[in-house]
Amino acid sequence: MFSESISIALAGLKANKLRAMLTMLGIIIGVGAVIAMVSIGMGVKDKVATSIAGLGSNLLVVTPGASNAGGSRQAAGSSITLNEKDALAISQEISGINLVAPAVTRSYQVVFGNQNWTTSIQGTTPDIQGIRNYSIEEGSFFTNQDVETRARVAVLGKTVAENLFNGGTPIGQTIRINNAPFRVVGVLEAKGESAGGNQDDTVIIPLKTAQERLMGITYIQNINVQATGTDVIYQVQDDITTLLRARHKLAATTPDDFTVRNMVAIMEAADETTSMITSLLAVVAGLSLLVGGIGIMNIMLVSVTERTREIGIRKALGARYQNILLQFLIEAIVISVTGGILGIVLGIGASYGISSVAGWKTVISSLAIVAAFAFSVFIGLFFGIYPARKAALLDPIEALRYE
Amino acid sequence: MSILLSEVTKVYQLGGEQVNALAGITLNISPGEFTAIMGPSGSGKSTLMNILGCLDRPTKGSYMLDGQEVATLNDDQLAITRNKKIGFVFQSFNLLPRMSTLQNVALPMVYAGVEKKERLARAEQVLAMVGLESRMNHQPNELSGGQRQRVAIARALVNDPTIIMADEPTGNLDTKSGDEVMNIFSELNSQGRTIILVTHEPDIAEYAGRVVYVRDGLIERDEWKVR
Ligand SMILES: Nc1ncnc2c1ncn2[C@@H]1O[C@H](COP(=O)(O)OP(=O)(O)OP(=O)(O)O)[C@@H](O)[C@H]1O
Ligand SMILES: [Mg+2]
Repeated sequence: MFSESISIALAGLKANKLRAMLTMLGIIIGVGAVIAMVSIGMGVKDKVATSIAGLGSNLLVVTPGASNAGGSRQAAGSSITLNEKDALAISQEISGINLVAPAVTRSYQVVFGNQNWTTSIQGTTPDIQGIRNYSIEEGSFFTNQDVETRARVAVLGKTVAENLFNGGTPIGQTIRINNAPFRVVGVLEAKGESAGGNQDDTVIIPLKTAQERLMGITYIQNINVQATGTDVIYQVQDDITTLLRARHKLAATTPDDFTVRNMVAIMEAADETTSMITSLLAVVAGLSLLVGGIGIMNIMLVSVTERTREIGIRKALGARYQNILLQFLIEAIVISVTGGILGIVLGIGASYGISSVAGWKTVISSLAIVAAFAFSVFIGLFFGIYPARKAALLDPIEALRYE
Repeated sequence: MSILLSEVTKVYQLGGEQVNALAGITLNISPGEFTAIMGPSGSGKSTLMNILGCLDRPTKGSYMLDGQEVATLNDDQLAITRNKKIGFVFQSFNLLPRMSTLQNVALPMVYAGVEKKERLARAEQVLAMVGLESRMNHQPNELSGGQRQRVAIARALVNDPTIIMADEPTGNLDTKSGDEVMNIFSELNSQGRTIILVTHEPDIAEYAGRVVYVRDGLIERDEWKVR
């Protein structure tokens, strides 16, 4: 009985192939768009999340200067309100902290032999390794001892090592940073892109060496802090603010002369934004699916009207309400399910196409696939039931009279 | 399977106007009878046939079919009755286009729940009875009018109903095809089936053993022929 209805419905669709296909196109595009849009959205989300995570987990960064000083933000590190003692105080007085690494950064030309490369030179302490998840590929990191003795040693990022040494081994070699000689003690493992740009295009040297022997400054430009976990990071952020305000003797009305950036908060905000974009894309795509559903209803209503006489004949020959209902309902569902399956193929294809052409990463979401497919079946049912009922309720005499 | 109509009326509402298509028909048809219904155009013949064929319900009055009051049946029960007990033949054939002759003939069995293999075998058999086994894979628009009507008769027969009803079955046919069709009806009647048909042509009514004349929704005359 059910299989009969299916074959009758299929025959009905075959009689009007082009129309069935065009109607199906609405669903194909709708389902395909939902899957492609969600894949792109998830891809962006994924990319943002990994690039922020690449900066280090549970990371807080303290920089000098107010975060929004009257609309014009001062260039990072241009003010001199932070010093090493601030960093020391943070590590000693605030609980919930794993590691603290004060740092200075400036761009210099680095020379080895006849190769030269301009990169950012970071002066910091060995704790930066744990904070930023640096691992050593070759050699070793410099030590706290090196920081205290202002040793002229350097750890190279992968990009710098490759550009200066062309595959040769850098360990033990002497490079010149702004003409001062430095001995290479280690090379970092590649980390790739992050929110801050290429993390491998850097040279790390001891903090005091950088301050005194290279830059000639006594202040520091940022303090990297790793909290013990996401649960305490907001507390740590508040504590650092309180501590630094006290240390800088700021009056209650004076704004902060430093900024504490909380990477977890930034990540959450970014995550929220990308989730919102993803849902927005999905909703827009979902609307096109809805339009596809209305197309099905439209064509089914036309089909019922056109086939009024056929319905009358079938009823005269003994077709019951449910026979006619199923016949038309199955037609609608066949359109929507076939459209849904083709739409899934299209959506996955489009996701791969976009990721290879635009170079974006796309994450194909099985949830989106299942949801889009289920939605298309539901749409077939929802928009098919009214025309099918209309057909099944036709009076046989009226239907037979229909010209 | 007896047919008992008593005081059956059918009123159509046309705008504000009432049309009394049937004004009180009392009619008794015994199993195995061959009845022709005649009358002028608009007299209510088709309306009467539709009620007899369970395609429509009377406005008032009682229709007992096979001891069952038709007015008490719901739409699905009427459909089952049409499917199992009655074979209907229309003036305009009413075959489904884009379906082969064989599929058209097999269609009532789909709704009777007969299995596909048996359906096709039986449809073939019935098509052979009306002399069209060589046309079973043709579509209706590839057949002549007479052939189409024979297919329609085969379709009416396929569920082995005891009553065959036909509303002007020869109305669209020439004399020769009309006679072929009427010979089939005679043959079916001699097998014991009840035949009721509407016609305008006295020649066609000649095939029947009884002629009921209808005028203005009422029975004017009811004649039995003595053979
Ligand atoms: N659906 C309807 N709505 C309104 N009036 C109708 C309807 N069907 C039939 N009638 C009216 O009922 C009367 C009987 O119609 P019916 O079709 O039974 O006549 P008939 O005897 O079959 O005529 P003909 O010989 O031309 O086929 C006519 O006056 C017709 O206009
Ligand atoms: Mg008529």
